[in-house]
Amino acid sequence: MIKVLFFAKLRETLGTSDLDIDYAGTVAGLKAQLSTRNDCWAEQFAQENLLCAINQQVAADESPVSKGDEVAFFPPVTGG
Amino acid sequence: MIKVLVQVEDFDAGAEVAQLRSTASGAIVQFVGVMRDNNQGDTVASMHLEHYPGMTESSIERIVVEASERWSLLGCTVIHRVGTVLPGEQIVLVAVSAAHRHAAFQACEFVMDYLKTQAPFWKKEQLHNGESRWVDARESDDRAAARW
Repeated sequence: MIKVLFFAKLRETLGTSDLDIDYAGTVAGLKAQLSTRNDCWAEQFAQENLLCAINQQVAADESPVSKGDEVAFFPPVTGG
Repeated sequence: MIKVLVQVEDFDAGAEVAQLRSTASGAIVQFVGVMRDNNQGDTVASMHLEHYPGMTESSIERIVVEASERWSLLGCTVIHRVGTVLPGEQIVLVAVSAAHRHAAFQACEFVMDYLKTQAPFWKKEQLHNGESRWVDARESDDRAAARW
């Protein structure tokens, strides 16, 4: 199992803050799998500016995801 | 000496700066980000700040470590609030002490520019008319961070 977290506008749009799913592969593959849920999810995970972190470290589409990982998706940051 | 805090409560900027003072520190620069009551032509009643507990703190620490590799620093304190913030209230403090002012000024601006573009915080504005909206990231902030 991996834990998938969603933050801010993405969390609100999807209507969920986290998921536990069985997945191993790449970030791009995980996005593709999440996109199959419905049109809303597909639209969100097609956004080019969507950011990803694996175990709280910035990750890219080709980054590997493996069992036990915490994968987070979030919009561009707006702190400060 | 690095201090990074993410907290709901307000902070005492003067007390934080006092803690950075030492016989070796010839310069202390502080930046305080304050919430404005208007944005993009609308009156803002309050703001909610969300973060990613754990990653937010570690990403700020990483930025401060990078600053201390670029400039000779004696101390750096970063405090960022989360939760609900009202107009006129403090949002963020970056305070840097160094032997000389050049390093302190530069490092303070560097930390702030990086924090704005790399640390996972998200702002949601509650407008006076009852609507709420997520604040979009600004290209000008990306440009500010890219110049370092």
